[in-house]
Amino acid sequence: MLGGTYALLGIGLTLIFGIMRVVNFTHGELYAFGAYMMYMLVMLLEVDFFASLVLAVMLGVMLGALMEIVLLRRLHSADIDTKMLVMIGAWIALQNTEQLLWTGVAKSIDNPFPVEPLVIGPVSVAWNRVFVFGVVILLIVATYALVNHSKLGKAMRATFQDRDTAALMGIQIGTIHTATFALGSGLAAAAGALLGPVLVAYPTMGDLAAAKAFAIVILGGLGNIVGATAGGFILAFVEELGAGYISSGYRDAWGFVIIILVLIFKPTGLFAQKERVG
Amino acid sequence: MKRALTAAWLVFLFSIPLWMQSLYIIHVLVITGIFIIAAMSLNLLLGYAGQLSLGHVAFFGIGAYASSLVSLGFSVHVAPEIVVALEPKPVWMAIPAGILFAGLAGWFIGRVAFKVRGAYFVIVSISFAEVVRLVAVNWVELTQGPMALNNIPPLTLWLPGAGEHTFWKKPENYWLVLTVAVLSHIVVRRLVHSRAGRAMIALRENEPLASSVGVDITRCLVLTAVVSAAMAGAAGALYAHYVRIVDPDVFLFIYTVTMVIMVVTGGKGTLAGPIVGGLIFGLLPETLRAFEIAPELQWILYGVLMVLILYFLPDGIVPAVRKWREQVRAGVAAEGK
Repeated sequence: MLGGTYALLGIGLTLIFGIMRVVNFTHGELYAFGAYMMYMLVMLLEVDFFASLVLAVMLGVMLGALMEIVLLRRLHSADIDTKMLVMIGAWIALQNTEQLLWTGVAKSIDNPFPVEPLVIGPVSVAWNRVFVFGVVILLIVATYALVNHSKLGKAMRATFQDRDTAALMGIQIGTIHTATFALGSGLAAAAGALLGPVLVAYPTMGDLAAAKAFAIVILGGLGNIVGATAGGFILAFVEELGAGYISSGYRDAWGFVIIILVLIFKPTGLFAQKERVG
Repeated sequence: MKRALTAAWLVFLFSIPLWMQSLYIIHVLVITGIFIIAAMSLNLLLGYAGQLSLGHVAFFGIGAYASSLVSLGFSVHVAPEIVVALEPKPVWMAIPAGILFAGLAGWFIGRVAFKVRGAYFVIVSISFAEVVRLVAVNWVELTQGPMALNNIPPLTLWLPGAGEHTFWKKPENYWLVLTVAVLSHIVVRRLVHSRAGRAMIALRENEPLASSVGVDITRCLVLTAVVSAAMAGAAGALYAHYVRIVDPDVFLFIYTVTMVIMVVTGGKGTLAGPIVGGLIFGLLPETLRAFEIAPELQWILYGVLMVLILYFLPDGIVPAVRKWREQVRAGVAAEGK
């Protein structure tokens, strides 16, 4: 389950970096945004849990599109550092807005699943986790389908390979960028909306999520969706093993250790295809 | 003319505690000064060598921790049987130790992280800072973890005419920080105008070209990283002995962001940039506090301001002012004809 949500975060981030060349520091905030939207809809407005989930993701998509149009659209020719700094500014502003609106106290979100766990032989799993896992797999498959088998996906992949040529072929780069950022943000919000009810929602929850998403993306190779999916599961696995056998205090350090090791020994990521040179 | 102006500025800065009554303002100035030193060190990497290091706070924190630990002494079990212990040393030895350790960390990061560039380097530097922070939180035997290192002694120096003197008071610390800041400024200035500095700038502008005319890229970057880290470590050590308490929060990412904002606002790659930016962002929170704004709102303002500056003054304030002055001068010259 953890691996799946990590993978969702990683896929969103990797799409945005691969296609737009933007290191998206607000990714974690979109994740927190998803969780807070769930909190607001379910706990304060008492909307149905499943309807809230759909709404939270749609709001995430809209926020992502808005940010792209307002912040990034006019920076398309700026260098990567400038974009990165703008995203850091946006990240600070967003995170503190969350803090201002919902205070620093962690919020828990009710879910409609039975408390009795699902028991299969010797394994028992909580129902809400089963649900999260199911939705995550569904979303990952849907993203694959969208990127690999739709016209929009084709345009995205073309932009990824060669932006200028894609533009010459009549692809609206601006629209593709907005769509990509919205899709990536939607996936992050989905991860937050799904995990929020399992864990709790708090303003800085996005920081660690973003850091882990970076680790996953680097593990899989920037811009590589298959790599990001595998990376998500690998990171979750390493964290659990590390927490179980070495020290739970360092659980969150594994992501960073992975980042450093991968970048030093195999900077293209573990799942890189051969790059064409020339 | 220019030299006289610099001298006048220095006299003004050194005289502040003599006529400023409010100790609170002196305190704000000390903290601002420490951050300006850190921002100057970041400017070397970011502005001159063109490497965006978002883990800079690691060097600041390592300097602070190393210096505090040397002055407090420690004993740590490296293996179950082996104990590494250190008796408390005087602070004038501890601060150089802090600088040394930060410099070593800079050397290590330089050797390791400069294998990658751009976005990858940024992410490695952030990861490094986070790992160091988690070590500071979890290695309780050495760092006291979240309980923090307390009662760090202030600096004691033998001063001509005054004998042994301990820096307890705020004005004294202000002079101390100002002296270190001026020294750091001179170091940066000499470095930037030296062969190594020109190599750095060449590298920022065009790495393959610089390498083809014989600049040893790795050596140059590692040198920059070491100097920059050591300077950040000095700032951290000063901070530790001034505030006299150090906890793992000194490694928070937000401090790196503050340094980056200072450098970018002031003008990266200019000598005055970090000072101007540091003064603005060091004093701004205090000004805002007068309006009783919630801290969250203040941070939101920071974020928005950062974005706006990147849009409208992408080079920072100092280059913008310089350009504006040149335009005015050109305008005056045109009218004279």
